[in-house]
Amino acid sequence: MNSISTDICIIGAGPVGLFAVFEAGLLKLRCHVVDALPQVGGQLSEIYPKKPIYDIPGFPEVLAGDLVSNLMRQIEPFHPTFTLGERVERFAKLEDGSFQLFTTDGTEILCKAIAIAGGLGSFEPRKPAIENLENYESGKGVYYMVRDPETFRDKRLVIAGGGDSALDWTIFLADVAKEVTLVHRGTTFRGAADSAEKVKHLHDAGKVRLVLSSNVTHVHGPEQLEAVTITPNSGEPETLHVDSFIPLFGLTPKLGPIGEWGLELEDDAVKVNTVDYSTSEPGIFAIGDINTYPGKLKLILCGFHEAALMCQGAFKYINPDKKYVLKYTTVNGVPTL
Amino acid sequence: MTDEVRVYVEEAPGHRREVVAPTDMGLSLMEVLKASGYDIQATCGGMALCGTCHIEVLAGPALDEPSDEELYMLESLPVMSQGSRLSCQVRVTPRLDGLVLRLMPQQA
Ligand SMILES: Cc1cc2nc3c(=O)[nH]c(=O)nc-3n(C[C@H](O)[C@H](O)[C@H](O)COP(=O)(O)OP(=O)(O)OC[C@H]3O[C@@H](n4cnc5c(N)ncnc54)[C@H](O)[C@@H]3O)c2cc1C
Ligand code: FES
Repeated sequence: MNSISTDICIIGAGPVGLFAVFEAGLLKLRCHVVDALPQVGGQLSEIYPKKPIYDIPGFPEVLAGDLVSNLMRQIEPFHPTFTLGERVERFAKLEDGSFQLFTTDGTEILCKAIAIAGGLGSFEPRKPAIENLENYESGKGVYYMVRDPETFRDKRLVIAGGGDSALDWTIFLADVAKEVTLVHRGTTFRGAADSAEKVKHLHDAGKVRLVLSSNVTHVHGPEQLEAVTITPNSGEPETLHVDSFIPLFGLTPKLGPIGEWGLELEDDAVKVNTVDYSTSEPGIFAIGDINTYPGKLKLILCGFHEAALMCQGAFKYINPDKKYVLKYTTVNGVPTL
Repeated sequence: MTDEVRVYVEEAPGHRREVVAPTDMGLSLMEVLKASGYDIQATCGGMALCGTCHIEVLAGPALDEPSDEELYMLESLPVMSQGSRLSCQVRVTPRLDGLVLRLMPQQA
């Protein structure tokens, strides 16, 4: 089992979680960040990477994706560590007031305080309605994200979907896998015209198979996935022997396990005290879109403010006997850890 | 000319609820449905970016053709039918009167 030890564990690598690393770093607190997505940036990376944002102080206009890259540069001096592609499931409070967190993949994180920056919740894949699909999850042949392309080396794959990620992974995996079939419900691909064009070329060159106007409707195999049935909108279904099936229909946020942690909630958001954004459980804080209090605004700017105050509270929780004296970064420069 | 339309939400087969919507406020169907208490996430606030406001039009007047952005989002969802629309992209105009729709499941 993978085990990590840190001062603050931040759940959520959205803009607010990332900025909290900076604020914690100024107080010489180490951070570990966990996100269910394979990349950092939360909503900014997942929903609107190319959209300009106009209300970040000092940036008359910045693309969401660029804001995320800048945040990553800003926190570099503090060497945060990351667990990406894993969802935090549960926590245990230890006798000394510190915490143990566990992820879906069995990673254990020991930390002195928890900052939940989970936004709208963890982004979960949209799953097609195929009977028994869940039997083949957890490494038995059905994957909703491509984390490590090497998993698919020399394998026979069926990818389903009509968006950019289905196209992008079809192109990439054409060189890695033994056989790639892309199944799409429609007849055209919108998305990046360039990617659609590339997939068509790969198809013409015999490197990938393209099955349009069809859906994957059944999965088969006693334990491990062995075959899928592809049903055309009109015509005869076809069963294809495969090692892996990758449905790529985008992601949707779900509040997920944090809703069941016994924290005081209101309308699916975690109630906090605005002095330091502490929750009803001492040592657990909540910042950004996931929290609620009178006057709450779901804006990046407000989440940044909350991160700064939260770190003061976390510092006090971790060091009840130490007094922190606020210094401006202009006095000492940005400290490093 | 009327400044209200009636749309019908099929909550279960054969069970339709009437929703009255104003046409003079520039609202989208997503906003009206959300305001009528339907559980629609509308994460992106109506920008055709999240797909959480997916509906299926079952009957009623013909609507304007969906834009490329709307079709792109619809195509990337696991379920889509002939009548699939993003309710945030459908403006509430007098032409909508009598529309019958149902909410599409978020994760089939
Ligand atoms: C289309 C659109 C446009 C917007 N435009 C603006 C704008 O112009 N200006 C502005 O200020 N705001 C804007 N917003 C709002 C802004 O995106 C949010 O306020 C901001 O993303 C909140 O940041 P966050 O870090 O709290 O959460 P998020 O960005 O939602 O990140 C939360 C992260 O936590 C992860 N997570 C949750 N639970 C778990 C778990 N249990 N385990 C592991 N990981 C977990 C999620 O996977 C996610 O990556 C916009 C939002 C949208 C959708
Ligand atoms: S509200 Fe997001 S697509 Fe309609």
